Amino acid sequence: MSQTNTPPRLELRGITKRYPAVVANDGVSLVVAPGEIHAVLGENGAGKSTLMKIIYGAVKPDAGEVFFNGEPHLAKNPRESRALGISMVFQHFSLFETLSVAENIWLGLDQSMSLEQVREQIAATASKFGLPLEADRPVHTLSVGERQRVEIMRSLMTHPKLLILDEPTSVLTPQAVEKLFDTLRQLAATGCSILYISHKLDEIRSLCTNCTVLRGGKVTGTVDPRNESNASLSRLMIGAEPPALQHRDATLGDVALSVRDLSLTSEATFGTDLHHVTLDVRGGEIVGIAGVSGNGQQELLAALSGESVRAPRGSVLLFGNDIATKNPQARRAGGLHFIPEERLGRGAVPMHSLAMNGLLTRASDLVKSSFISWVSPSRNAMLARDVISRFNVKAGGSDAAAKSLSGGNLQKYIVGREISVAPKVLIVSQPTWGVDVGAAAQIRGELLKLRDNGCAVLVVSEELDELFELCDRLHVIAKGKLSPSIATREASVELIGEWMSGLWEKVV
Amino acid sequence: MNEFALLLAATLNAGTVLAIAALGLLINEKAGIVNLGAEGIMLCAAIAGFAAVVHTGNDWVGFLAGAGAGALLASIFGVLVIWLNTNQYATGLALSLFGVGFSAFAGVKYVQEKLPERPNFAIPLLSDIPLVGTAIFKQHPIVYFTVLLAVGIVWFLYRTRSGLVLRSVGESPESAHALGYPVRRIRLLAVVVGGALCGVAGAYLSIIYTPLWVEGMVAGKGWIALALTTFATWRPARVLLGAYLFGGVTMLQFALQSRGVEISEQLLSMLPYVATIVVLALISRNPAWIRVNMPASLGRPFYPNA
Repeated sequence: MSQTNTPPRLELRGITKRYPAVVANDGVSLVVAPGEIHAVLGENGAGKSTLMKIIYGAVKPDAGEVFFNGEPHLAKNPRESRALGISMVFQHFSLFETLSVAENIWLGLDQSMSLEQVREQIAATASKFGLPLEADRPVHTLSVGERQRVEIMRSLMTHPKLLILDEPTSVLTPQAVEKLFDTLRQLAATGCSILYISHKLDEIRSLCTNCTVLRGGKVTGTVDPRNESNASLSRLMIGAEPPALQHRDATLGDVALSVRDLSLTSEATFGTDLHHVTLDVRGGEIVGIAGVSGNGQQELLAALSGESVRAPRGSVLLFGNDIATKNPQARRAGGLHFIPEERLGRGAVPMHSLAMNGLLTRASDLVKSSFISWVSPSRNAMLARDVISRFNVKAGGSDAAAKSLSGGNLQKYIVGREISVAPKVLIVSQPTWGVDVGAAAQIRGELLKLRDNGCAVLVVSEELDELFELCDRLHVIAKGKLSPSIATREASVELIGEWMSGLWEKVV
Repeated sequence: MNEFALLLAATLNAGTVLAIAALGLLINEKAGIVNLGAEGIMLCAAIAGFAAVVHTGNDWVGFLAGAGAGALLASIFGVLVIWLNTNQYATGLALSLFGVGFSAFAGVKYVQEKLPERPNFAIPLLSDIPLVGTAIFKQHPIVYFTVLLAVGIVWFLYRTRSGLVLRSVGESPESAHALGYPVRRIRLLAVVVGGALCGVAGAYLSIIYTPLWVEGMVAGKGWIALALTTFATWRPARVLLGAYLFGGVTMLQFALQSRGVEISEQLLSMLPYVATIVVLALISRNPAWIRVNMPASLGRPFYPNA
């Protein structure tokens, strides 16, 4: 490595970072050339985030060196990294809701510019990179895609030499992803290097020119993704190809869950109101709801699960019975079970054991009903052990605290807890969010089995791949309105993407 | 008519205590910190200011002493809740109770003390205008300072970059930290400024408004100031309006009582509270408006390395 003319933009040599329980990075090396779009591919927990934090100066490695433009990179915190020209766009945005776009961007810049100059710069950068933004709109009125544009704009205005993007497309419609890619290609053409963190194989193959694959903290390959197939990348990422799912033809039963013209104003700060949502789920089918998060999913799920009982009478029916104002317990008694998106805190109590967590939704089976309802530790433990063995959950027994499990294993436990009562209706939100590929395949397989046994399943997810794999019919939710349904085999990613922007009226 | 002018003058005078304290609390709440210790701070500042005037004979030294006492207590509170992450509500309540007790203890010697002759203030020429002069232009300089303060705070919060940074810290300290702003120091500064203003309010009460030292003389004005910031949805102009409204109705019910109006005294004493709550609740009832103006991280602790 004795090139003196153009040193690589970024070079990592033997980065190692150990945490008490895991080795997050184990001798990771990678080289990014100026103007290169370099992918870092890996599953959740493969060590991508730790590696980026090390580059960004937020975490110190235990061993190894970082070189930036050929110089040892010693930034002790993100601020020093930014001064060097390293900028990062986070998966979860760090924007101020009540401030305007220009104010948000101004806060990320140094003091030398006035707000007026920032407005002018935004306009100039917007036209240069095709990122339309209204400088004076308050951020809370923006869509998720527009918010991401603000974040990217904030990064671009510091004229970065290296831009790190962490799972940037997880919140975007397919069309918005294309626009983002155009912007990134333009940016790379100006000499800025881009580190693109993702687990989505198609995106990496269409955007990136180089790819470092991580598995269990180690580099398992550095390849040109344009010459690879999804299968070969997947082998590098998880060591195997994901098992294919069996999708049998549906045998439809009666309408199990029915939503009739449900309109509801949101109680949450900056929430989304629901407008005339109508929906049917029959026994033996899986119905999916696609959509970018924040378009009313939370509100709809709360009204269906019983977390909110404000829905107008007669708007939510379970086998023809009005359950709109019933609490979750009453709905469970009627056979409706719900698996929320947040595992820790809503699906399970983090500090409690798996056995105690069984009580959350299974109290009616576990508690002897008498004048005083006694809890039976042995019955709790039995249920937990049963779920652990039946769904292959890796846990330190029924006494293990919920938060000690990995995301995938806890999700398997929660799904198992609900599935093992043989529900008549199951509502699942983001069933495989943040779950490793193996566990995700298992969970999807279980949902399909449930459907084949006649259960009505409603899946709300942001992952289009997942919905296309699982569902018989698809709806799209946008700005609190629900699209009509379309059979999955007649739908295309492009069509669903258009619907995600609320454009189904034109098409149908 | 002259009575009306006198009532207006008394209103401005009475509203000033609340307005200064509430504007101070508004500043630290905009940075995300709730200081329930306002009542205690005002009491300690009232006795500190009163004692300083007794010993030096100079009102301005008294105001300085009040502001200093307020700033000192607020900085202790600030270090506890910002660096040691103690619960803001519990710590504020403790400070409030401490202030009640400590001011009574420190003030024992001063209960019988009298201040030197209170000077009369009048702006030359303007104060000679009939009615208006009596109503508006014969006030202590602090009264006019309060109005300027409100204008200054509006300008600072919504027109300057420092004000923007302050609001961003109250909105999302995590994001402000990620951008490299010293969140804890900014919050501490806001709390100290807020405490100093509560101190000025307390000193105004014992030096100008009453002017006497009586144990527990703040009599809930600290709590009302706290409530005002919330009911005024953290907008300085509305804080000012609320404070003068409260002052005005208080003075009105005194006037009614002294005339022997046939309404029970207890009902009349409720009037200022009811009127202030009703009016501010009515003008601030738009939930979207509250969302935009309420500091989103108000009362939440912030851990920079979590």
